[in-house]
Amino acid sequence: MMADTHFDENGLVLAADGTPLKQSLARALRAQKIRALLLIAPLLLFVTISFVLPIGEMLMRSVQNTAGTEYIPDLMPNVVEEIQDWEPASGEMPAEPVYRALAQDLATAFENRNHTQLGRRFNYESAGMSSIFRKSGRRVSNWDIETDGPFREKFLDIDDDWGNIEYWATIKANSGYYTTSYFLAAFDAQRTSEGIQMKDPDQRIYSKLMVRTLWLSFLITFCTFALGYPVAWLLADLPAKSANMLLILVLLPFWTSLLVRTSAWKILLQQQGVINDFWIALGFTERMSLINNQLGVVIAMTHILLPFMILPLYSVMKTIPPSYLRAAKSLGATNTVAFMRVYFPQTTPGIGAGSLLVFILAVGYFITPELVGGADGTFISNRIYYQFSSSGNWGLAAALGTVMLVVVLLLYYIYDKLVGVDNVKLG
Amino acid sequence: MATKLPSYATFGQRVWFYTFRVICGLVFFYLIFPILTIIPLSFNAEDFFTFTPEMLRLDPDGYSLKHYRDFFGANGDYSWIQAFMNSVKIAPLATLIAVSLGTLAAIGLTQPHVPFKKAITALLISPMIVPLIITSAGMFFFYANIGLQGTFMGVVLAHAALGIPFVIITVTATLSSFDESLTRAAANMGADPVTTFFKVQMPLILPGVISGGLFAFITSFDEVIVVLLVGSAGQKTLPWQMFIGLREQISPTILAVATILVTISILLLTTIELLRRRSERMRGITPG
Repeated sequence: MMADTHFDENGLVLAADGTPLKQSLARALRAQKIRALLLIAPLLLFVTISFVLPIGEMLMRSVQNTAGTEYIPDLMPNVVEEIQDWEPASGEMPAEPVYRALAQDLATAFENRNHTQLGRRFNYESAGMSSIFRKSGRRVSNWDIETDGPFREKFLDIDDDWGNIEYWATIKANSGYYTTSYFLAAFDAQRTSEGIQMKDPDQRIYSKLMVRTLWLSFLITFCTFALGYPVAWLLADLPAKSANMLLILVLLPFWTSLLVRTSAWKILLQQQGVINDFWIALGFTERMSLINNQLGVVIAMTHILLPFMILPLYSVMKTIPPSYLRAAKSLGATNTVAFMRVYFPQTTPGIGAGSLLVFILAVGYFITPELVGGADGTFISNRIYYQFSSSGNWGLAAALGTVMLVVVLLLYYIYDKLVGVDNVKLG
Repeated sequence: MATKLPSYATFGQRVWFYTFRVICGLVFFYLIFPILTIIPLSFNAEDFFTFTPEMLRLDPDGYSLKHYRDFFGANGDYSWIQAFMNSVKIAPLATLIAVSLGTLAAIGLTQPHVPFKKAITALLISPMIVPLIITSAGMFFFYANIGLQGTFMGVVLAHAALGIPFVIITVTATLSSFDESLTRAAANMGADPVTTFFKVQMPLILPGVISGGLFAFITSFDEVIVVLLVGSAGQKTLPWQMFIGLREQISPTILAVATILVTISILLLTTIELLRRRSERMRGITPG
């Protein structure tokens, strides 16, 4: 019989300090978990503030109905209230109270210097609204709300477009704190008096861009696969010493600045560049246009993303014993059959990992399409950036970004299931 | 496919063997020639982006350091060297944040019992996966709210966030082969956890930490979009300057900048390779 301090009256094992062993172990486990979490916590907090919250903010912006930094219902409280009783389907202009409310709200907005922002917000939905807001601001601020009515005629005097029912329908449709109109625009749809409809085919820019982004990314992924597969195979097959030497040729571009590689291509591919000079020296008379088109994007991006295909393929191929191919051949398989039925199936995990990685990276590319893509080689990223740099429609930029984020996260999820994010290797 | 052609190989096998090598050779050429071509071009005495007849004749008059002098401001334009200095200020700070927080978290993640380990890892890796334009758009909105938009600190924080996945990946990889009994042995001999960390664990995982740091550094040193959206004119980095230069009329100084950056990459690549060999040696694996 052991010393009775190790058991309690029910026969349960006790730890040295007298607590039941089970409880003591649970406490130790909890302490371990807390320690691990405490080590992770600072980074988690940092990533939340510097990365997760910004992404969340972008998602919010895609549905918030704001002009500048303020919400539409806060900028036009009276109009929003009055216009609820008006029905665009009636085919008539809104009644006097709505115009009176507009005069009140516009005067306040003019005072706070945001009537042009209001106009710009509605202009995203219906072209032409920006100018009537801009035009009316100063005039309206001189009116007296109590005595200067009726206001409908006065507004129509400033601009006939204040009687445009489509414009009023736009205001009514966008009078809430949240709006779906940015997402509609991102999918090339619009709200008309007959409900939600697709835009005319020649005005569908975003769906065209999305299809182009996906198609070019697919093409680039295929090119990296076609070029990367033989190279990875050669590397896996060579003795370690020469493979390591050749691997430097893959790793050096991988490590070289993205901008350097893009500028190299821009310089080499241009009309008066090295490649065209060489082409002429070969005896051809016509210079090729290799840049500012889709061809340039595919050439440059395949080059830039090729290492992301070769490295996962190489690490999978290295684990396949060469004796398998020899065994297949000694059993009578031809070279083609041995490759198709024995070698290739074993490399599919590498193909999956490499292709997904290249595709995910390609879909979000910005710099290379911007610099070598010209007009018909730009991606959706470039359009989002354009909204920031020139057009200023941040809501639409956020909606396009959200759509893109959903696609990428979906691919990331598949990648995680297939490869596992903790199996990502660098170099 | 075999490494060496056996003496009994048929004609078809010979043809295939050499065809395969030629294809691979062409791909290697495609990978390396854009980078190698810009190096001699950067010594061009003229403002051309192609080889002049003098250069092809190897005439010394065809070559000069003109573009390098311009980089340092010889033509009175100091924007390149200023941009370079900005990059040199931002990247180390971002790296420091990413490495210190990332290493701690990597140690936490490799503990035996971590709740929500998969979800946390996926979250910490995601800055590498989410397209940069989306990240920068979000940062543009959010940093404006908290007063960081257009500030030096804003760019540093943003770049640190982008570098974190690399630190997590390399340090957890190194830690997965770390022998936990070493820390227990140290504790057994009376070392407190802090001493154990700095004297036992840190020296062994240092190669992983350094290569993670180098990845984080190069990420910041090479980043354009975040700087364009989160930064302002005061944070013009070298990539920003290159990007703007490439979009408008290209100045040949870019060739010199590109060559300098390629040299930096070669140095970093060599360092990482040496570190990898060292850590494999320390673990008793001969470098393969």
